Amino acid sequence: MAAAARTMFEKIWQRHIVVDRPDGYTLLYIDRHLMHDGSAAGFAKLRERGIKLRRPDRGFATPDHYVKSDSRSVAAIADPHHRALVEAIRTNTAESGVTLFDLGDERQGIAHVVGPEQGVTQPGLTLVCGDSHTSTHGALGALAFGIGSSEVAHVMATECLWQRKPKAMRVSVDGTLGEDITGKDVILAIIAKIGTAGAVGHVIEYTGSAIRGLSIEGRLTVCNMSIEAGGKAGMVAPDDTTIAYMKGRPFAPKEAEWDKAVAFWRTVPSDEGAVFDRDVSLDAASIAPMVTWGTSPEDALSITGRIPEPSTAPDAAKKDSMKRALDYMGLTPGTPLEQVPVDRVFIGSCTNSRIEDLRAAAKVAKGRKVVIPSWVVAGSGLVKKQAEAEGLDKIFVEAGFEWREPGCSMCVGMNGDTGKPQQRIASTSNRNFIGRQGPGVRTHLLSPAMAVAAAVTGHFADVRKLA
Amino acid sequence: MEAFTTLDAVAIPIDQPNLDTDQIIPARFLGKPRPTQVEALFHDLRYTPDKKPRPEFVTNMPAYQGARIVVAERNFACGSSRENAVTVMVDNGLRAFIAPSFGDIFFNNCFQNGALPIRLDAKRVAEIRAALHAKPGSTVKIDLASQTVTGPDGKADRFEIDSFRKDCLLKGVDEVNLTLGYEKDIAAFEAKQRQEMSWL
Ligand code: SF4
Repeated sequence: MAAAARTMFEKIWQRHIVVDRPDGYTLLYIDRHLMHDGSAAGFAKLRERGIKLRRPDRGFATPDHYVKSDSRSVAAIADPHHRALVEAIRTNTAESGVTLFDLGDERQGIAHVVGPEQGVTQPGLTLVCGDSHTSTHGALGALAFGIGSSEVAHVMATECLWQRKPKAMRVSVDGTLGEDITGKDVILAIIAKIGTAGAVGHVIEYTGSAIRGLSIEGRLTVCNMSIEAGGKAGMVAPDDTTIAYMKGRPFAPKEAEWDKAVAFWRTVPSDEGAVFDRDVSLDAASIAPMVTWGTSPEDALSITGRIPEPSTAPDAAKKDSMKRALDYMGLTPGTPLEQVPVDRVFIGSCTNSRIEDLRAAAKVAKGRKVVIPSWVVAGSGLVKKQAEAEGLDKIFVEAGFEWREPGCSMCVGMNGDTGKPQQRIASTSNRNFIGRQGPGVRTHLLSPAMAVAAAVTGHFADVRKLA
Repeated sequence: MEAFTTLDAVAIPIDQPNLDTDQIIPARFLGKPRPTQVEALFHDLRYTPDKKPRPEFVTNMPAYQGARIVVAERNFACGSSRENAVTVMVDNGLRAFIAPSFGDIFFNNCFQNGALPIRLDAKRVAEIRAALHAKPGSTVKIDLASQTVTGPDGKADRFEIDSFRKDCLLKGVDEVNLTLGYEKDIAAFEAKQRQEMSWL
């Protein structure tokens, strides 16, 4: 009898079981551990116990949350606690032997940009990081998820984690995406459909012709926001696009090992007939450029839409939360999205700061002028260098954008890059939570091309209609 | 880790669905020593931008002082992986969270800090919240061994919890020490992986 058809998630899970306990808990082996300037707590917990890192060769670190976007200097970080965290990543990695991509090294950047870029992230592996957007790495066919600082310390000490097996969910996007429709619009449309708790307890596999048609950058954007759909992780099956992307990356396998690895990667995708616990499908052709209006990523609308009326809410609780969101966002129900003025634009974050994102943004920015303060923050030093080699930086600067240094920057504002209360920011990041970009700041999520459309018009605008 | 057995304490109702970890502790308070974060709990919900307490927010109401339990809405503590969302609540005395559903990472982080997240049917959770609103300062009783939550109305409900997590909480097991006990299995796995995935 043939073996039962398995999902990609199931295969990776089974391959990493160290111990299966009768009570349903699994000790799962972790192949890759990414660290950032917020991982200092994990190192501190280990030090308290007097334990050394089990596998420093599996650890890769880069400072991203607290680094300045206008300088590469650690000394220039004003907050002494934040400065200490960026300094700690140096001493912690030096002591433990973890590979560091430090400030001043062109490989430094946002951990979720750097991992794939360096070939640290690979198909068929398990990968964790003390950050919720670790789901990003699933775009290469890895099982990748975020953990808290105690589990960070646990992985440092044991290279394992205790896990109950999550369920598997398939999200299929079939058909052809319209022009200027990106991975960002796809994932916002998915979240709008299933809700921000839609995938709680599940690992999502994104599939269908529209997903397969995305570049790795587009897939990284989709998987990045799996957490905004409540998912434990998000993945895309490795294919020719993945293998071409991996080839030649600094930490990717080489020569004979490359052939062995590719042969393994070919076995990773879900088997024909594999059964998922849940199935959701979307028609690619129906996806328009998306913009969020509220304070949860599920509050996403097509740019052709209007700010919703709380009176249309299905129940009293929903009506209440819509009213609260509209109040915070300073929006009037019924207003066409295209008439909402924007104060500021941020292009960056682990969702949308890769070279393809910057190319898409530059294409719209070329020959136009921004009318509101607008920033571009590349995801890594290598992305920045590549963009400069292609002359994208000049396009941005000529259009009036600020071209800044790599890091998380205004996605979360931990480095001080925050907006002002009531400021309305069109942002390519992943969270529009209350206060995410600073107290009182109103965040709207959208794609890089749509962010430029807002920057050059001063309001939300349909990039497909820009003259 | 401090063991968790029973808790009979004042509970605070929180009605917003999808209350994210940025609301539990805003990002600007992270990256500072833990004792300085205590005041950051629900900061922007508790205070106006000019730092005045909002009297209508539950934790500012005198009746809820000394609360140890949170009764929340669906997808409670979704969002960022910041474990500070658990520790800031624990440091404010809150050790049990009852909701129809939770953010996955927060849910796991609770067990690392001797805190208990309890999933209950949405209707029952709404009922408990309504009872708390009706009589602020009412108590909720939790017994982990028998897996029951008793609301202010005296009605008891059984909740589900993984026996692994339950054992660890009841005994205050330290997970790292537990795992180090599996050293042989981990080493065997690594030896096998060196053979099968030599490129790693
Ligand atoms: S860019 Fe934003 S979402 Fe991504 S890791 Fe940094 S802070 Fe988190």
